Amino acid sequence: MPGRTLYDKIWSSHVIRDYGDGSCLIYVDRHLLHEVSTPQSFLAMEAKGRSLHRPAANLAVPDHVVPTTGRDQPIPDPLARAQTQRLAENVARHGVPYIPLQDIRQGIVHVVGPEQGFTLPGMTLACGDSHTSTHGALGALAFGIGASECGIVMAAQALRQRRSKTMRVTVTGTRPRWLTAKDIALCFIARVGGNGASGFAVEYAGPVISAMTMAERMTLCNMTIESGARVGMIAPDDITLSYLKGRPMAPDGAMWDRAVEYWRSLSSDPDAVFDREMELDVTGLAPVVTWGTSPEDVLPIDAVLPDPAAEADPARRARREKALAYMGLVPGMRLEEVAVDVVFIGSCTNGRLEDLRAAASIAAGRRVAPGVRAIAVPGSGLVKQQAEAEGIADILRAAGFEWRDAGCSMCVGMNGDMLAPGERSASTSNRNFEGRQGPGGRTHLMSPAMAAAAAVTGHLADIRKLMGGDAA
Amino acid sequence: MTPFSTIRSVAAHLPEPNIDTDIIYPARYLLVLDRDGLGDYAFRDRRFEQDGRPKPDFVLNRPPFDQARVLVTGGGFGCGSSREQAVWTLIGLGIGCVIAPSFGEIFRNNALKNGLLPIDLPEAVCVDLGEKAEAGAIFTVDLESRALLVDGVLVAAIDLPEGQRQALLNGWDEIDLMLREEGGAIAAFEAGHRVAQPWLFLETR
Repeated sequence: MPGRTLYDKIWSSHVIRDYGDGSCLIYVDRHLLHEVSTPQSFLAMEAKGRSLHRPAANLAVPDHVVPTTGRDQPIPDPLARAQTQRLAENVARHGVPYIPLQDIRQGIVHVVGPEQGFTLPGMTLACGDSHTSTHGALGALAFGIGASECGIVMAAQALRQRRSKTMRVTVTGTRPRWLTAKDIALCFIARVGGNGASGFAVEYAGPVISAMTMAERMTLCNMTIESGARVGMIAPDDITLSYLKGRPMAPDGAMWDRAVEYWRSLSSDPDAVFDREMELDVTGLAPVVTWGTSPEDVLPIDAVLPDPAAEADPARRARREKALAYMGLVPGMRLEEVAVDVVFIGSCTNGRLEDLRAAASIAAGRRVAPGVRAIAVPGSGLVKQQAEAEGIADILRAAGFEWRDAGCSMCVGMNGDMLAPGERSASTSNRNFEGRQGPGGRTHLMSPAMAAAAAVTGHLADIRKLMGGDAA
Repeated sequence: MTPFSTIRSVAAHLPEPNIDTDIIYPARYLLVLDRDGLGDYAFRDRRFEQDGRPKPDFVLNRPPFDQARVLVTGGGFGCGSSREQAVWTLIGLGIGCVIAPSFGEIFRNNALKNGLLPIDLPEAVCVDLGEKAEAGAIFTVDLESRALLVDGVLVAAIDLPEGQRQALLNGWDEIDLMLREEGGAIAAFEAGHRVAQPWLFLETR
């Protein structure tokens, strides 16, 4: 029997029925719920008089529409208040484990799941959110689904899915000092294209991945959806296990030992064959930012904006012209000259403790540039608590950042934290789509360190130049 | 869902790749708790000025394309978020079929759950169909006989797994079918899985 990939192993251990047309009915171990993608799922389920197959397989937390200030007050926006209230009512009626807004554990589903040990290696996990790929960092098979499929998971604990093709991205070379997981993710997306990995499950491997922290792995798997692939994953190793051990919902004692024995078997076999292989050598790569309206529009920070006229393909030329026009930028301009109005540090991509530490290390002893509004939004209440205990919050506040409560915030612009038309952000979030952070808003994606550098300089900035002597 | 019946209509051409879910259905309207009647929000920031006036040059605001039930567009249509509103809003607008070189995977799944037919055709074919759409040609989407016709001429076969075709044509609710036909298999699998990986079944603390 030929070797199997990590994806193959988890997939085949969850197949209930193989329909022989490329699709299978697979068992879904766990389901994360938030307030935005589930109201219609509950309604449809209840209209048919059904209930949840296994309530304990679910965990619900409000994140998308919740305000990041004034948590002691009712939610001011009536629609956001109603949506958050609807989630509370739905989960109460069906006995779904729930983390309410006032709970210290509240936060973005993709931060909370791993943090609570709800996400475990080898499991299948679904959520009505495309960034569910994040959980693959723990060696889970995790993917985003729509509201109808949320309803199916709730009622049946199973989904009919097409088996993905497999792609291995082997990350090699010597990682430069300021090259973060976010930079590596954006470089991968630029290389493969914004929808280039559609139909694939991506496994990240190689020495650079093995050396990454869990937070970095989550950033990388999180961004995988921006390449079109629904699944990003990394085989569990000692770093995964030490991250998970002792988490509230992780197994312990003899059950932990038993689980670990199984999880150790999950890496791709040496002779496993992937449908596609890619090597990404990070040696000498510069930190990157996006310049356009797709996450594939990536350039090194020391580059100049592309001239669409140089693009031979008319469709690509038209897209570049349109992106530059939307972004209010002109060909030939240096990226480092682009002034920003807003800096956002947070999101399921970069809202973890390490991300806030990175931002604080740049902001320490500096000031947010005049005219720039900078906000830092922890990914969860526990991240916030820890950041405050470490003094990170004090550093960021002293530099002029607003220090907020946990939620999706300006990544998706549903809670009132948004760009005004024409405003430009340096953002650690995941999408630079037109209008993503508010109608007419202009988003440049980058790492937390680069976003903090933009905050203190007032423009897109090369972190290597700003930190010059600090080669630590 | 409503059974899929043959569409005969002009087609609107949106000649642009990677039209993402934020363009199709801006996030701020995700606060609406309904799934019906969302057509007004479709392509909101492309179709309307901020004060609500329609943008006259946007294809879906121009007769006869304001009545189009078919979209012809670029690759990666529906990439981005998992929001099913991107499908519900197209249905609310009267769209029953989207033709593109490729689709966002989650969007494609969502479409099929709601009776919206995604048809993948090669880039060159889509470009050609886009030109025909702009000229006002009548598109016929006949899923019964798997035929896509333009002005009565067969241009492509509709390639869709038979199970999905039957589900669309009959308007089957997937979950009814799954619980009826696979309920026993799911329970049997779960019992074995509970033995193999018992740590997945611990009561959460």
